[in-house]
Amino acid sequence: MEAAVFILSLVDCCALIFLSVYFIITLSDLECDYINARACCSKLNKWVIPEMVGQCLSTMLMLISMHWFIFLLNLPVAAWDIYRYVKVPMGNMGVLDPTEIHNRGQLKSHMKEAMIKLGYHLLCFFIYLYSMILALIND
Amino acid sequence: MSTAGFNSQNGTGTGQTYANGPSQNPVALQQLPGVSYGMTHQPSYNPMPAKAPPPTGPGLYPSAPYQPVPPVSSYQPGPQITSYPSSPGQPLLPRPPLSGPPSHTPPQSASPSPGPRMPPAQATPPPPAVSSSSYYPSPQQPMAPAWQYNTAPPPMGPPTSISTPPRGPVANHVNPAASLAEPLPPSSAPYSTAPPPRVSQSVTQPPGPGMPPTSMLGYTQPGTAPPPMNPMVPNTYQPGRPAYGPPPTGPSPIGPPPIMKPTPPPTGPPVANTTPPPPKGDAQCGGAVNSTVPPTESDGQEGDIECPGAVAGNGPQASNSYNHVDNKMAGLAQPGPPGRHLGHYPSLPPGYQNASAPHGTSSMHPAMQAAMQPYTQAPQPYQQPPGGPGPAQLSPSLAAMSLQSSTPEALRVVNLLQERNLLPPTPVPAPTPCLPQDLQKINCNPEVFRCTLTSIPQTQSLLNKAKMPLGLLLHPFKDLSQLPVVTSSTIVRCRSCRTYINPFVSFLDQRRWKCNLCYRVNDVPEEFMYNPVSRSYGEPHKRPEVQNATIEFIAPSEYMLRPPQPAVYLFVLDVSHNAVETGYLNVFCQSLLDNINALPGDSRTKVGFITFDSTIHFYNLQEGLSQPQMLIVSDIEDIFLPTPDSLLVNLNECKELVQDLLKSLPTLFGKTMETQSALGSALQAAFKLLSPTGGRMSVFQTQLPNLGVGALQSREDPNQRASAKDIQHLSPATDFYKKLALDCSGQQVAVDLFLLSAQYCDLASLGCISRYSAGSVYYYPSYHHQHSPAQVERFQKDLKRYLTRKIGFEAVMRIRCTKGLSIHTFHGNFFVRSTDLLSLPNVNPDAGFAVQMSIEDNLDDMQVVSFQAALLYTSSKGERRIRVHTLCLPVVSSLSDIFSGADVQAMTGLLACMAVDRSVTASLSDARDAMTNAAIDSLTSYRQSVLTIQQPGLLAPACLRLFPLYILALLKQKAFRTGTSTRLDDRVFAMCQLKYQPLFYAMLMIHPALYRVDDLTDEGALNINERTIPQPRVLQLSVEKLSREGAFLMDTGTVMYLWIGRNCHPNFLTQVLGVPNYAAVPENLYLLPELDTAESQRTRAFVCWLRDQRPFYPSLHVIRDESQLKANFMQNMIEDRTASALSYYEFLLHLQQQISK
Repeated sequence: MEAAVFILSLVDCCALIFLSVYFIITLSDLECDYINARACCSKLNKWVIPEMVGQCLSTMLMLISMHWFIFLLNLPVAAWDIYRYVKVPMGNMGVLDPTEIHNRGQLKSHMKEAMIKLGYHLLCFFIYLYSMILALIND
Repeated sequence: MSTAGFNSQNGTGTGQTYANGPSQNPVALQQLPGVSYGMTHQPSYNPMPAKAPPPTGPGLYPSAPYQPVPPVSSYQPGPQITSYPSSPGQPLLPRPPLSGPPSHTPPQSASPSPGPRMPPAQATPPPPAVSSSSYYPSPQQPMAPAWQYNTAPPPMGPPTSISTPPRGPVANHVNPAASLAEPLPPSSAPYSTAPPPRVSQSVTQPPGPGMPPTSMLGYTQPGTAPPPMNPMVPNTYQPGRPAYGPPPTGPSPIGPPPIMKPTPPPTGPPVANTTPPPPKGDAQCGGAVNSTVPPTESDGQEGDIECPGAVAGNGPQASNSYNHVDNKMAGLAQPGPPGRHLGHYPSLPPGYQNASAPHGTSSMHPAMQAAMQPYTQAPQPYQQPPGGPGPAQLSPSLAAMSLQSSTPEALRVVNLLQERNLLPPTPVPAPTPCLPQDLQKINCNPEVFRCTLTSIPQTQSLLNKAKMPLGLLLHPFKDLSQLPVVTSSTIVRCRSCRTYINPFVSFLDQRRWKCNLCYRVNDVPEEFMYNPVSRSYGEPHKRPEVQNATIEFIAPSEYMLRPPQPAVYLFVLDVSHNAVETGYLNVFCQSLLDNINALPGDSRTKVGFITFDSTIHFYNLQEGLSQPQMLIVSDIEDIFLPTPDSLLVNLNECKELVQDLLKSLPTLFGKTMETQSALGSALQAAFKLLSPTGGRMSVFQTQLPNLGVGALQSREDPNQRASAKDIQHLSPATDFYKKLALDCSGQQVAVDLFLLSAQYCDLASLGCISRYSAGSVYYYPSYHHQHSPAQVERFQKDLKRYLTRKIGFEAVMRIRCTKGLSIHTFHGNFFVRSTDLLSLPNVNPDAGFAVQMSIEDNLDDMQVVSFQAALLYTSSKGERRIRVHTLCLPVVSSLSDIFSGADVQAMTGLLACMAVDRSVTASLSDARDAMTNAAIDSLTSYRQSVLTIQQPGLLAPACLRLFPLYILALLKQKAFRTGTSTRLDDRVFAMCQLKYQPLFYAMLMIHPALYRVDDLTDEGALNINERTIPQPRVLQLSVEKLSREGAFLMDTGTVMYLWIGRNCHPNFLTQVLGVPNYAAVPENLYLLPELDTAESQRTRAFVCWLRDQRPFYPSLHVIRDESQLKANFMQNMIEDRTASALSYYEFLLHLQQQISK
């Protein structure tokens, strides 16, 4: 059972890692002007909800399986994802808005956020991997 | 001088012509293959007959007119269904008889008026709360606050290729890859071989016949009646100009200037932009990466034309090409004695050459400089004062600075609490950057290009310490009275950063120049060696490009991805009941009829009309019809164009039909009872109509759109206007208008919004349509043709200006700055397409822009930095033009130098823009706190870091003495004030204006000017065109300056108030106002009677002169003590205390308290 939880988390985490990489690549494309702001934002906004769902899924899994430490590790990121989504002003076209992304260093902060998430997901990946192996051995 | 034939072709008749190469061949001028597309190309632009098949795009267009009627029978041909007199296929003109005059009682216009409302008196207004929010990042705020100047922006990528948003199905008419990959042949081939899809789309364009040669048609500069002078006096090269490059290797008579420290050669590893042709170039050439680039992606060219094809294309032309300088002042341009130039140049590198200049006129120099605007390209010779270059002129900027302008005045310590009369009697001039004289002389005009700090700090940490915002304020498309225009087959630009050659580059030797932005050394092309001004060879540094900080190029074909679009104007008019009640249609139609021949454009100009209420009405104006036909589409959910090819028609061919329509339009809807407004659908229809060509859409709206897509709800609660702690609903309610605006921007369509409404219209949402499509917003609150005659007059005058002013289509603007600086945030109406590129579907002369800068790398080894704004646009004559402005500023390393160079007006303008952003993203109170903190922080920094002797009081350097006043004025401005009843739309409109207006006009909005006008005298008067214009003093905005015996004029930019004191001198009343006594002053007087008295003439001359200074017409209201408008007048008394805001003195005390904490 426990192994199954971690395997699921691991898969989820892999997806999130790929998503983070995709964010980074797309944003750096925008930085280098290979794509325009509108294309970039519409591409990335599509993935904001899946990312949020993925993150919440692994949080819930940890909560249900009562792994408190990993749950607490996951909680802030899930909360941030939800907060960010809820806080989008009505007039904006999503979490990333093409008319504002070049203003006030937003591009840079989005980039930073994606980088931090990538690091965080990598950390989680190894924790899940370790826990999964442990769980398999214990089984 | 020049060949007459060519001149006449230029339109101005006075233009100078210069041929490239010593032998000028007038005949060759006419050929210019690649330089411009003239009549030879025009016919091929529209080679297809008008009946070419419409695009077979995915069903957005009906594939045949009238065909795709949706199931709901949205298109109703029968008159019995529509409630309008005319139905498709039937002429409009036989209109039904009007039965009785329309009632003039506006049904819903009983809006709560923002009349004088006295809030409960409050003993002491609370001081503005100072929260921890500030513009500067503080340790407690690691997540960068929304608008600090300091956060370093993302690293700038290599010069970039831009692609526009993926286009909708309609847009597929061009094959971008094909046109992009086209290896631009030397001649007009790109146009004649335009890819077929494009051609098929051009069905809406009239066939080519009858097109005059537009190629060299000069395009008249608005307002060109300049005094005869020649900006490019071919004199010896400016002496004393420091070379910023390494010392020349050539023999120099005097050796390097004494104080000059050689600038190191390009320092450090090349940053991204010094790398050879960036991917962009490839993208452009291959058309592979940005395959969605629409044809108008002119920027591509603006950025980089590295295509081998293009370069190769230039080769063969060279012999044939010419350089032509169209100088408006040309008349007097006398090439200097040729012997002189040729005499000494070659042996000397430019930087030093001047040293050997003969002494001569030095004595008159300072006087001349003082006499003229520092920036004007006055006819003063560029040559050095013959007295010999003083050390100050030879030395690089820094040393020169302290010697020359030695800023004691700017840094003089002022105790604000003690000195009351801080306002200068005349408008505040822009500070002059501390540059060596010769650089300063050619620097960009501050009205066009201005920086908040005229001395740039060396490092970001220094900037952080100074706590002042760093940014640029631009007015790039300003109507200029003189503008050198250059036609050249090759426009010389830096190979790596694509900077245009400008006066601040350094010539290493005759054949090489060093870019002043990226420090790359470039070759001087062969054509550039010939100087058309003096018609001499081997003097690249005397070319107009190197002598003028503002210059315009006629762009060769590499700067176009599609043939330049024609001028296209589409008018979208609200004809609901509410609109008819206001009576604006009459004024609009009459104005357009009057100005129809003055619309900027050429023989290809097109116009179209759409009206809407709950349905959308199109007007078929096809040539050959005897009457305009109205086509009604009532399926607003799925809008389509009934006859896509006859709704936009050539103005010249169908002028009579258009005039017929304009005459009948006002009466056509006289009896309508339709109260709903489907603005969103109308905009969509208009967008579809314009998207094949691009152009300008003028939308007139009189109520909240409440039907179909984009419908809005009223969000304002009138009872909360004054009392609300924080203002809600400053941000848009829906993203519909923003999305549509971005679509428009991608198709080069700009939307200008005229809002004439008495009720809440949700400008915050509607304004997005203009904001992101580079349009503009005009707002006439409570417009009514009978009740508000002043508004009507203003609307009329504004329309005239709007219709006839210059316009640039499919424009992009790129702002480049010296390596190490980068752009952080943009303010204005546009879409930011990449880190330094603004997409401007239209650009107009009344648009201002602001950008915030940050310093990414230290500028240690530079003495000056430069900023360049390049605006690439299509003129209404179908010419592709590039207007380039370059500003050069010194770099300083000490805080006191930074303070001495502060430009308080520019800072205020930039802070206002930042505060608008902050109010929308955070909250109004945040923005107010941030503005207060900006004043506190900069004065604190001054006190702590610059002042050596600590004195009591509130100390400020003289250049910042007005800063607290302006901040207070901003806090009391309509946009940011609290506690006073302000309609939400008024507030949002004020915010739009603050962001969008050029600084000069914005400053009047922020801090109006007050004059006493009952005692005007001719003393110190200006004399312009034989009219004497009295110049009264600017008074402080305080009631104590008013007196009952006087009459005072307050100029707030868009409105002027003439306040008459109760005991005003009877002389003024009779001689100026033409009334016997005070009681007889009419309530609604908005015109000064034209009396034949000296006083009346003086007053009218002064008012007229104030009006002439700005493009739009400010209305004048004469008010008495008991007038309703008196409250508006008194609200502008910034220095006084109101129930909800501090007086100036209290505000100063508050600042002092905060500073000494």
